[in-house]
Amino acid sequence: MQITNRRIFLAFFTLVLVFPFFLEGSYALSIATFAGINSLIAIGLCILMGYAGQVSLGQAGFYGIGAYVSAILSINFGLPVVLSFFMAAAASAISAVVLAIPALRLKGHYLAVATLGFGEIIYVIINEWGPGGPSGFGDIPKFNLFGYVFNTPLSYYFLIWITLMLVMAFSINLINSRFGRALRSMHDSEIASNAMGVDVPTLKIKVFVLSAVYAAFGGAFYAHYVTFISPSSFSLFQSVLVLMMVVVGGITSLWGAIAGAIIITLLPEILREFKEYDILVYGLILISSLLFFNKGLVPIIIERLKKGYKGT
Amino acid sequence: MSVFLQFLFSGLTIGAVYAMVGLGFNIIYNATSIINLAQGEFVVIGGLLMWLFSESMKLPFLISALLAILFTGLIGLLMERLTIRPVKKKDLLLMIMITIAVSIVLRGLLMFKFGKDPYTYNPFTEGDPINIYGAYIQQQTLWVIGITSLCIILMYLFFNKTMLGKAMKACAVDPTAARITGINVERMVMISFVMSAMMGAVAGIAVTPITLMEYDRGPMLAVKGFCAAIMGGLGRGRGSVIGGFIIGILESLTAGYIHSGAKDAVALIIMLIILFFRPAGIFGSKTIIDLRRF
Amino acid sequence: MILQVNDITKTFGGLVALEEISFGVHKGSIKALIGPNGAGKTTLLNIISGIYPPDKGAVSFNDRSINGLSPSIIAGMGISRTFQHVELFANMTVLENIMVGRHVRTKAGLLSCGFRLPSARSEERAIRTFSEEILHYIGLSHRRDEKASSLPIGEERILEIGRALATEPTLLLLDEPASGLNEVETIELSILIKRLRDEKALTIILVEHDMRLVMDISDEIVVLDFGKKIAEGAPAEIQNNKLVIDAYLGEDDL
Repeated sequence: MQITNRRIFLAFFTLVLVFPFFLEGSYALSIATFAGINSLIAIGLCILMGYAGQVSLGQAGFYGIGAYVSAILSINFGLPVVLSFFMAAAASAISAVVLAIPALRLKGHYLAVATLGFGEIIYVIINEWGPGGPSGFGDIPKFNLFGYVFNTPLSYYFLIWITLMLVMAFSINLINSRFGRALRSMHDSEIASNAMGVDVPTLKIKVFVLSAVYAAFGGAFYAHYVTFISPSSFSLFQSVLVLMMVVVGGITSLWGAIAGAIIITLLPEILREFKEYDILVYGLILISSLLFFNKGLVPIIIERLKKGYKGT
Repeated sequence: MSVFLQFLFSGLTIGAVYAMVGLGFNIIYNATSIINLAQGEFVVIGGLLMWLFSESMKLPFLISALLAILFTGLIGLLMERLTIRPVKKKDLLLMIMITIAVSIVLRGLLMFKFGKDPYTYNPFTEGDPINIYGAYIQQQTLWVIGITSLCIILMYLFFNKTMLGKAMKACAVDPTAARITGINVERMVMISFVMSAMMGAVAGIAVTPITLMEYDRGPMLAVKGFCAAIMGGLGRGRGSVIGGFIIGILESLTAGYIHSGAKDAVALIIMLIILFFRPAGIFGSKTIIDLRRF
Repeated sequence: MILQVNDITKTFGGLVALEEISFGVHKGSIKALIGPNGAGKTTLLNIISGIYPPDKGAVSFNDRSINGLSPSIIAGMGISRTFQHVELFANMTVLENIMVGRHVRTKAGLLSCGFRLPSARSEERAIRTFSEEILHYIGLSHRRDEKASSLPIGEERILEIGRALATEPTLLLLDEPASGLNEVETIELSILIKRLRDEKALTIILVEHDMRLVMDISDEIVVLDFGKKIAEGAPAEIQNNKLVIDAYLGEDDL
């Protein structure tokens, strides 16, 4: 990590650690935990879209695979939760490869709709053939590690956010490395990237898999946190929500993905009185951020700060 | 046999809607190279507005239909004016997200006005279903298929026989060249949005008495309409009509013979297979694109 | 011969872009590929660099056939290139553009990059040092941290060459490197290209319309016209070739 990145990272990490002690009640903690889970998926999509330039409208599919596979394995096959987590990530990775191999020839609209179709297929599958069908199923064991069960809101908060910070460190390293440069070069000019020796087709598969694994971990964390899941959490709307997080925060910034995830997770809480009509508010927010600040929140703030420095 | 025919008829009905949505995609795509993922919402708006005017306000049938079509066209116009035209750098990803955002806003507005309940109204003509070899075909189904055919013919005439239609075709082929020859490209883009919105509305008005209509039907209709559009090759009108009917029929047969929940998956899987293996569409080769295009 | 092109034919939907083209390139020489617009020069470069395969014929590099290999593998074998329409990574800095060129000579994977393993870290340092040296060599050090999209066309073309150099090629394909450059920039470019041949022992294939540049720096010239090779030889021979003059009739370059 570069120096500035490291400072921001440490500052944010400290904030994450002390934050829960300023919160009152377990409800606020659970919102914070959901924000963390969403951040995980958003970071994956941010790398895929903002850095590698590949569209995905099917992240809910990978999220759903993560949740369902991990939950089913731990309930029906009695697998330890940690193991079922990694199996879920593997399942998601495999489906990402299966999707990516034919899909990587596609561009733009075609890729967008292909991934959307993938997400919808996963939704139809869990809705029709998943345990409990449309109404879902419960009794999913809480996450546990070395005999310690994460069954208090505070412990789960720390589990999610510390994992998230590790994933964030991993992702920042990745973006600022040989691998990350290859991703960004592919975004700017596929033909030149290829001619410079970047194996573009393989790279596309890898980055698809990476984002799918992030989403699957998010799904598994979600399942073992709420202990009850149903297909409605993994619909097209969820894919759009993840997209919103990335767009609102700033598609070219990993910190933006976290900021976006926090905002979008908090939104229903802020808009409590709109409850039924939150979809309208979501849409208006998405469209105004696309039209008026399509760079996203975090890049805009950074720009302002830089200008401020120059001004003084 | 009669059971099979029954499934076939219901497939044709829903297929006609997909065909119209597919056509709507093509109209906008041809003029702008944008895939308008809010296309499905136009169908829903058409159906629900028709209910509003004819059932709730008790206006006469034809006036209601006319109003519903015009209002939907107006929404298409507003969409273009407010969310498409202001964007200076029409980045593909940005445009996709904008049309998604518009579809969410429209869905939100629909729920605000109509709630989550499904709506329906009386078929266009009263009367008993017609018996064909033991299968019953509702009169409304004939209306849907008839109206779809009429729309297709009108589209064909518009794009091939009128100056405006030809100008729009020119914009699709080469916007810069079209601009040089004095065609107002911005205006053509606007017209394309209005036309495809009105097309969606017609489909919605015709099909609602059969399938009912609720606020959140849009995304699925859009996905299936897109599937129809790419089946025929994006930008080719006739192909998307055939594609729409094929998907409708396969879907209905799957629901009838295999499992009703699997019907949505069928269209999606067909779509993925086509995208992956024949992204140019399954009818004919690229060299006859212009023959296929309306 | 470092590169041998044998009977290459390429058609696009019935249109013949290249017809039975054959020639060889001597190691350490500058070979120019000239011809009127639409003669098939860029198509030939695209075939050599693996962007698309020929319909017929073979390309061999260091006596090894490279037909059907992907561009990234060909880059790894030591062929690099620039593009007629500048294809820089617009949103990356000048230095980062060159660092991408090191991709093919380095190997840290997804996991070792993400976990910043010691091997990845030392490799990253080596990439940086090497790239800075190249930046210095091509004289763009002062632009180091600027976005590639902010460069003027002359520096863009130089940066493309620098990026190609970072892959440590033995054969460099330059596609109209002087296009859009003014007279001074063109002279600087010709000096750079000659230095590449003389100091770095590079073999260069040069596609170019600027005849003064071509005649000045190339050792040998191949002339294409409507997909056919109509002449090959030293600059002096080409200048007096009847066929070549006919092909260019109406163009005032010669």
